[in-house]
Amino acid sequence: MPRPAKASPIRVLIAKPGLDGHDRGAKVVARALRDAGMEVIYAGLRQTPEDIVSAAIEEDVDLIGLSCLSGAHMALFPRVLALLRLQKVKDVPVFAGGIIPDEDARKLKKLGVRAVFGPGTSLEEIVTTARAIARRAQ
Amino acid sequence: MTRRGSVPATPGARAVLNGDRRALARLITRVEGRDPSVVPTLRSLYPRTGRARVVGLTGPLGVGKSSLINALLQHLRAEGHQVAVVAVDPTSPFSGGSVLGDRIRLDRRADDTGVFIRSMASRGHSGGVAAATREVVRLLDAAGFDVVLVETVGSGQVDVEIRDIASTSIVVLVPHLGDEVQTLKAGLFEIADVFCVNKGDLPGAESASRDLLELAGLGPGREGWRPKVVTTSARDGTGIAPLWAAVNAHETYLDSDGRRAAGERRRLGHELVELVRERVARDLEERLDSDVEVGTLLDQLATRAIDPYVAAERLFATLRADPTGPKE
Repeated sequence: MPRPAKASPIRVLIAKPGLDGHDRGAKVVARALRDAGMEVIYAGLRQTPEDIVSAAIEEDVDLIGLSCLSGAHMALFPRVLALLRLQKVKDVPVFAGGIIPDEDARKLKKLGVRAVFGPGTSLEEIVTTARAIARRAQ
Repeated sequence: MTRRGSVPATPGARAVLNGDRRALARLITRVEGRDPSVVPTLRSLYPRTGRARVVGLTGPLGVGKSSLINALLQHLRAEGHQVAVVAVDPTSPFSGGSVLGDRIRLDRRADDTGVFIRSMASRGHSGGVAAATREVVRLLDAAGFDVVLVETVGSGQVDVEIRDIASTSIVVLVPHLGDEVQTLKAGLFEIADVFCVNKGDLPGAESASRDLLELAGLGPGREGWRPKVVTTSARDGTGIAPLWAAVNAHETYLDSDGRRAAGERRRLGHELVELVRERVARDLEERLDSDVEVGTLLDQLATRAIDPYVAAERLFATLRADPTGPKE
């Protein structure tokens, strides 16, 4: 086996659970994480929580980013967290973005979402946080 | 030591053989990261490999490789195959990052354990695949997937390394990519076992297919095989069964007259050379800083007492004289 390269890039899954079609935010974040040197698996629109967890396992990601602008985040995000626990994936943190009221953000954080980014968050903040919370933090 | 020098199964190997998808995924990550601690597991899995049919799909950007893979995936699942997909996308030379977007086009039920999809970034490797793609394919083979579809980076005329990984290579094209002289050019067109004219519902598909058929008929094919030309439309699923039939025809052809074994030997030969090259390069690079003998050579080079060609020969001679034998 060849020499180990320098540390492998952080792998992050970006997905949009649910039915809303607003993926601009997810794409902007995917691009920012790419430019920060991460490998972004972009799963795109209309993913079920089951799809997301299955992709996270197969891609062995260090981090999962969920985006939702439909208002269904309180149904969808906790379901992703529950499925991750069910599959015994305990070391892959989840962050979230979208139109998420402060009160919901607090509840989601209590449930285990590590960070919630609302509109107007700087990309720099998202990248810095993603780097800090990823399974293999770099 | 056990039979035929095989190594005992590591816990990682056992997990993969038992169908543990997470263990498989993690092993792939370590192989991708060129983690040397993974070698015992790769060694113990090696005897369990060589069974999967490995099919490469290559071709320019945007011709519909991912969509075709999706159509093939549905077709193969319906036939009862266990299918793994390895999709390679480019790594940015600027940031080292990448966006791996091929999963978007792949439809599968989340609970279907007969499918495993893995996205890979090329991580600076040229040739259309990543340095670790071959080993990742082999892991999926060991895990029991009987068909592995490999999608290369879609970038153009020289992504021919898939030939060293796949037993059948499909070159995917679309109508209006250029006149028939394009098809005479070297590279991509030479590696096709099967040409697929995708987006066959668009005007021009017929003439594209005709040009390719003509190309296939211009001279003797590689190793006596005349590439098949299939027109498909991944969007509505047209031509997918004929496409797979063409792959099967090529695989059957390989099974005659020892061609499969010869192809395997050729691929293993390339792999062996690559492994030794990496090993030697690593040793030499370490010696550049520490070895007295190399230091002397460098001094002589710097003062122009000797030239680089002689220095290289002398250095190589020390490698051949290295008494450290092979390690088990």
